Amino acid sequence: MTYITKPQLHHPKLAENALGYTRRDYEGSVSTLCAGCGHDSISAAIIQACYELDLPPHRIAKLSGIGCSSKTPDYFLGNSHGFNTVHGRMPSVLTGANLANRDLIYLGVSGDGDSASIGLGQFAHSIRRGVNMLYIVENNGVYGLTKGQFSATSDKGSKSKKGVVNHDAGIDLVSLALQMGATFVARSFSGDKAQLVPLIKAALSHRGAAFIDCVSPCVQFNNHPGSTKSYDYVREHNEAVNRMDLIPHRDAITVDYAPGETVPVTQHDGSVLQLHKLAAHYDPSDRIGALAYLQSRQALGEIVTGLLFLDPEARDLHENLDTVSAPLNTLTERELTPGSAALARLNASLR
Amino acid sequence: MPLEALNDFVVKFANVNGSGSASANGMFAKAILRMGVPVAARNIFPSNIQGLPTWFEVRITEAGHLGRRGGVDLMVAMNPQTWDRDIAEIEPGGYLFYDSTKPLPLSKFREDITVLGVPLTAMCNAAYQLPRERQLFKNIIYVGALAALLDIEIGVIETLLSEQFAGKERLIKANVAALHMGRDYVAEHLNPLRLRVQRADKVGDRIYVEGNAAAALGAVYGGATVCAWYPITPSTSLAEAFTGYCEDLRIEPGTDKARYAIVQAEDEIASIGIVIGAGWNGARAFTATSGPGISLMTEFIGLSYFAEIPAVIFDVQRGGPSTGMPTRTQQADLLAAAYSGHGDSKHPLLLPADPGECFEMGSLAFDLADRLQTTIFVMLDLDIGMNEWLTRPFEWDDSRQLDRGKVMTYEDLEAGRDFGRYLEVDGDGIPYRTYPGTHPTKGGYFTRGTSRNPYARYSEEGSVYVGNMERLLRKFDTARGLVPAPIRRDAKRATRDGVIFFGSSTPAVHEALDDLEHRGLHLDALRVRAYPFPDEVFAFVAAHERIFVIEQNRDGQLRTLLINEGDIDPSRLTAVLHYDGTPITARFISRAVEALMTDRRQVPEAAE
Repeated sequence: MTYITKPQLHHPKLAENALGYTRRDYEGSVSTLCAGCGHDSISAAIIQACYELDLPPHRIAKLSGIGCSSKTPDYFLGNSHGFNTVHGRMPSVLTGANLANRDLIYLGVSGDGDSASIGLGQFAHSIRRGVNMLYIVENNGVYGLTKGQFSATSDKGSKSKKGVVNHDAGIDLVSLALQMGATFVARSFSGDKAQLVPLIKAALSHRGAAFIDCVSPCVQFNNHPGSTKSYDYVREHNEAVNRMDLIPHRDAITVDYAPGETVPVTQHDGSVLQLHKLAAHYDPSDRIGALAYLQSRQALGEIVTGLLFLDPEARDLHENLDTVSAPLNTLTERELTPGSAALARLNASLR
Repeated sequence: MPLEALNDFVVKFANVNGSGSASANGMFAKAILRMGVPVAARNIFPSNIQGLPTWFEVRITEAGHLGRRGGVDLMVAMNPQTWDRDIAEIEPGGYLFYDSTKPLPLSKFREDITVLGVPLTAMCNAAYQLPRERQLFKNIIYVGALAALLDIEIGVIETLLSEQFAGKERLIKANVAALHMGRDYVAEHLNPLRLRVQRADKVGDRIYVEGNAAAALGAVYGGATVCAWYPITPSTSLAEAFTGYCEDLRIEPGTDKARYAIVQAEDEIASIGIVIGAGWNGARAFTATSGPGISLMTEFIGLSYFAEIPAVIFDVQRGGPSTGMPTRTQQADLLAAAYSGHGDSKHPLLLPADPGECFEMGSLAFDLADRLQTTIFVMLDLDIGMNEWLTRPFEWDDSRQLDRGKVMTYEDLEAGRDFGRYLEVDGDGIPYRTYPGTHPTKGGYFTRGTSRNPYARYSEEGSVYVGNMERLLRKFDTARGLVPAPIRRDAKRATRDGVIFFGSSTPAVHEALDDLEHRGLHLDALRVRAYPFPDEVFAFVAAHERIFVIEQNRDGQLRTLLINEGDIDPSRLTAVLHYDGTPITARFISRAVEALMTDRRQVPEAAE
């Protein structure tokens, strides 16, 4: 349980990143989720990504809603400020936090209940505003904390553990994010760390609304035959369109893939995505093409994963609002209070 | 006998919404103000853009009574839809001004009033070709006619026209011509009334402004940088005024960039979520809304209480519920705001009485929110918010610092100060907080509503929960000493009777108290300006035998709050309630209080 403190003693030979932090410095409390939960793998991927990106842990703000997934920010980045908000409303709180201080990195963690049901509106609106964030949905297609009800991302025709068949159409958050104008859209699988870690790194480096739908099997309530979010089903139907490495701008670019198969994409911060194509004709710079491809593969029961769309020239909410470069929470009365002389002029105009 | 009055009468305009009457009527009121005579003007309007009835009531009051008086001395009846009830509302001996183009049967009038017909439509049809011009200039023509009837200086209106259309000479000329057309018709065909306006010197340096604009300006001066809102009458103009003031006053020199961020959110829930996110992250943030919005925000408001996050909500109150009476005024959100949330929670309320206080409390609210780390409500209503009121000029002390409350800095943490996010340190119930991103290894914490100990670590221990709740009560007690104190007005004679009131009822209550005093009824008065109630409020209650609590809602919400928070015997507080959606009037208050007082008096007499 989380009140058990992790031992602070580190192995003396733990590797340090460029900032002198070890991987342990990016960890949090002990997880209280079930053994084998996909969410814990995602937490581990987030820890790995932040460590590899050399991010100062306290410069990340992690926000979540309510549910199993929303508990996880307690289990990584223990030195970061975190906010376990209310059900389905993480996106608005994250938006406000981002407006207050544009210099931090914002990580929104949510689940399929939190984002596709009660929070569908806030999910859509935070993305269409271009809030600079990584919005990650740990998607298990089920309500875990309340013990096994279908969520809105459950596929039509899939079966619950009790054998009930879902008759409602499933909501595909990736398609929705594309339609709402997300400028970084990816899908991955909690069981595929090699794919997930680079995607998280690239999304954290992206300036704009980055969305990752991460299929994450629920070992208790949604890992049985008939589920389309089980480990077995996802492994069998996972169709990755590409593989990726993120190269931070300070590193020399190395090309691991054969020429012609690899596309480099440079983001705002100078980082380069080395994109290795697996599906020959898939073009992640084509929003409409991505939507069409997703729908066509989904109809075949396949789960398309990888970097699905990227606009490296994205604008974020602060650019749209044309706010000052200093974080708004650092402005003082000198910058904020217009003073008595301005007030006297206003008074004169109101007579 | 026709009514006779100098600088003391009520004119009511009955118009059709969307006919362009609002700006002409506003000009009528402002012209009188410019002549040095105070006015109190109120829009009574429908939830509609075009076609439904709308009224504009102007009280001309050299004595400076800024509440509604009650009754109408001169009706400007421009709306056939409401003709009958408009005619019925005129005081005996009063006056009716109407468009006499189309003859009306005698039965449409009253014998005890003076009727003044001006063929406005006929005059417009003769002078203008375009339908829109015929409509708009008709309004200016009647202003000209009224000026001649009431002795309003025509030059003052000409100045207002040239200010309104500055730089557009053609428009100024056309409007002045229409104004003269009305004036000249009266000079030729009618006699001036016994209701007259005469230049005076009673306005002084006061300003004329809406409460919503004043509150928005208060937010600018209070250092608000994040505003998230969703359109809802009657609060919309507050967020829009904030936008306007920021565009003028909050642009960074050299870069022209914004020192503010305003988001029109998808709903009220997102609005308050954005405010809470910004407050959590150390920016001053607010939203503006009305009753239905408060209902939607309730879960977040409760979270801000438990997670101790600063937020400011301007609640411009109206009649409920969602469809409700959105364009009518009430003071009916008091309980919903004070006890908003689930679980045990309560929130400070500031209760401004006029736009001047909207400005003061609008800025103070942000200091209180940071100091107390909780949601602060500023409770306006439609009457204050959307009507222009004469109010004392805004003032600001340039040496005033924003009070950011108890925030631990990098240096504090480096120096080894013990940080527990929910730890009682100073005995006032207020813990210290850190802004996200302050220090690499110290001061970080995970924010939850409850289920955590003073160091913000997970705990479901009952004793830990209770300890936290007790501290929150101490914090609320600290708030009691920080919010604006009530204002007391003692009767000329010692009395055991008192009235308690708040907000937009204030000017009408003061006028009613004067009136009651003339009739030998003496009452001490206390204007409550904030909740939690400072000790003076309960001292006032204790010092009086019977107290009338005057408010604009059905259930006596202030009375309930007083009884509940002060453990007061309910029989000691008598409710005086006005809640038909129109602003309370002085006549209503004095009649209601007089009836209640004399009724009680008669009981012991009958027993003798």
